[in-house]
Amino acid sequence: MRFDPPPSDPFILSPRRVHEVEGHGRYVFALFQAVRSGGAIIWVMPSYAPHTPTLRGLPDGVGVRLCIMRPKSEEDLLWTVEEALRTKGVSLVIAEPDKPLSLLAGRRLQLAAEAGRTTGLMLLKLGQGSNAAETRWLCRPAAAQQRDLTLHEWILNKNKRGTFGNWTVDWNGKTRSLHLVSAAGQRCGAAETP
Amino acid sequence: MGPFALIHRSGNKEHVHCLNVIAETGGLHRGMAAADARAICPDLVTRPADLGREAVALVSLRRWVTRYSPLVARDGSDGLIADITGVPHLFGGEQDLLDDLAARLNRVGLTCSIAIADTRGAAYAVARHAGGIIPEGVGGAGIAGVPLVGLRIGSDVVDGLARMGLHKIGDLIPLPRAPLARRFGQPLLMRLDQALGFQSEPIAPDKEIEHFGVRMTLPEPIGLEADVMSGLSRLLGRLCANLAHAHRGARRLRLELHRVDQETVTLDIGLARPMRDPGRIAGLFKKGVSEIDAGFGIEVMRLVAYVTEPLAPEQIGRDTDVAQDAALADLFSRVGNRLGFDRVLRLLPGHSKIPERSHIIAPAAYSAAEPAPSQRGPRRPIILFAPEPVTVRGGAQPGHPPARFSWRRMTFTVLRADGPERITPEWWFDDPAWRTGLRDYWRVETREGPRLWLFHTPQSSAWTAQHWFAQGEFA
Repeated sequence: MRFDPPPSDPFILSPRRVHEVEGHGRYVFALFQAVRSGGAIIWVMPSYAPHTPTLRGLPDGVGVRLCIMRPKSEEDLLWTVEEALRTKGVSLVIAEPDKPLSLLAGRRLQLAAEAGRTTGLMLLKLGQGSNAAETRWLCRPAAAQQRDLTLHEWILNKNKRGTFGNWTVDWNGKTRSLHLVSAAGQRCGAAETP
Repeated sequence: MGPFALIHRSGNKEHVHCLNVIAETGGLHRGMAAADARAICPDLVTRPADLGREAVALVSLRRWVTRYSPLVARDGSDGLIADITGVPHLFGGEQDLLDDLAARLNRVGLTCSIAIADTRGAAYAVARHAGGIIPEGVGGAGIAGVPLVGLRIGSDVVDGLARMGLHKIGDLIPLPRAPLARRFGQPLLMRLDQALGFQSEPIAPDKEIEHFGVRMTLPEPIGLEADVMSGLSRLLGRLCANLAHAHRGARRLRLELHRVDQETVTLDIGLARPMRDPGRIAGLFKKGVSEIDAGFGIEVMRLVAYVTEPLAPEQIGRDTDVAQDAALADLFSRVGNRLGFDRVLRLLPGHSKIPERSHIIAPAAYSAAEPAPSQRGPRRPIILFAPEPVTVRGGAQPGHPPARFSWRRMTFTVLRADGPERITPEWWFDDPAWRTGLRDYWRVETREGPRLWLFHTPQSSAWTAQHWFAQGEFA
């Protein structure tokens, strides 16, 4: 099996793999990946999930390509994700499993993503990741000092082929562009005045 | 078997709609009151008549009669008329054709009266009187003995003619036409001319309802999954050829497996878009076929595409979009057949200002993606949920969001708030969620990070402690 080289942009998920994202900002991260992907997007959420994406709140061009599947049970959800990952025309599969993924399920999803040349992104609650994931991200919204900034803190916790990282980004939730924000420096003491 | 009749109830009256031969020999006739029929024949077994299903049965019988002639039409509620010009020699002559038809109908238990005549009117009259063949060129002599009811004229005209001593069609033929027309109207003469062949009366066959069904009767019962699948692939090949010929694609298919013990197993599948590709359709049956109980074996397989849609021939080849669309449609079909087509959804733009109804969630198999209209006005959250109560922890100024609040057992401090955006309920819908009146929406940035969509209900009554709710989260 030949792997693609790790992408240069740290926020591009390596294709043909299944990734995981957890934390309060996981939906934002998923939508950021959606706006950067090219083809159809399948969002698999359990039928009992209380939330729905809103069409007007989605990034530009995502609403047309998005298809939502709402299976009733966890087993159906994993089956749906696997079927979607095996489909050729799909570029990104976003799924919200309710229970922690077993290693077996995680591995099956990886194989499905390889077979269908798709990218999977699992939205998980904290600490429910499986070892089969290619990367695992922890995403949190961050408060901004200025009014026009929409800050997010994206931490790469696990990476099978590459380094970890920690970024604060400004993404307004609409466009493909993203601004990296340098972390505010913390001085230990008062600055010396010459 | 004893006397049997179907009873039709119209208004408050019940009358005999249809009856079998034994009942008829017992003195009953069509149209008599049901109470009279029961009095005359106490052991009469009756069932209510179902006119709708009778009409359906007649339509399918019409389809079967097209084996004798391409021009077959329904004639009244209980008759069929076929134009057999140039056909009888294929069956060995008119008499053989009639015998063949009668034998086949009798075999399935249908009592019928069949007539062959020069004109449609004559055939109608003879078929309802005695049946048989009126040879060509006989003219009025063939139907002279038939009662006047056979002329398709109203009962008042028949009664009027009877009062004048005219009971048979033959009584009418030699009479002068002008007085008849003056007294009983032109329709009587028109019907008479049609029966005698002086006036033409074409047969307008019903529009052929396209039926896409194929069946296979097996010499030996089968039970293995692989055998059923290979039988299915043969049926699908034939069905898809029929569909391609008619430029149609199947939308819903049903496979009926008749078992040796007279049980029938049915499998239904749906397709996300019209399709006539045997290989792809067969894949959708796989799961259902693996789960059926074959019992002692399956002897007849029947496959019907009972919902079809137009599907023009399509250029295939190098176009990757077509292949991707096809792959996606296959995914929707597979997922829809397992989860239900109402669980494979798409977001379509809506026209309401109410957040919950600003988009329509529609089944993906029955809708096409629409580009979202250009966005104006305040921002909207990326995810929306049912309103969840927010507990105010302090710093509540009237008309402004609280400085501190807790939601989902997390405490937040407000950094800044944008708003209010006032949304009024749609008074023409009685939405229980909006009974608290208008809402003031605020986009609240918190010091903890999350950017929430809170709303305040200023019109809700004072005794409800709850005035602040969270309904969404922004990017």
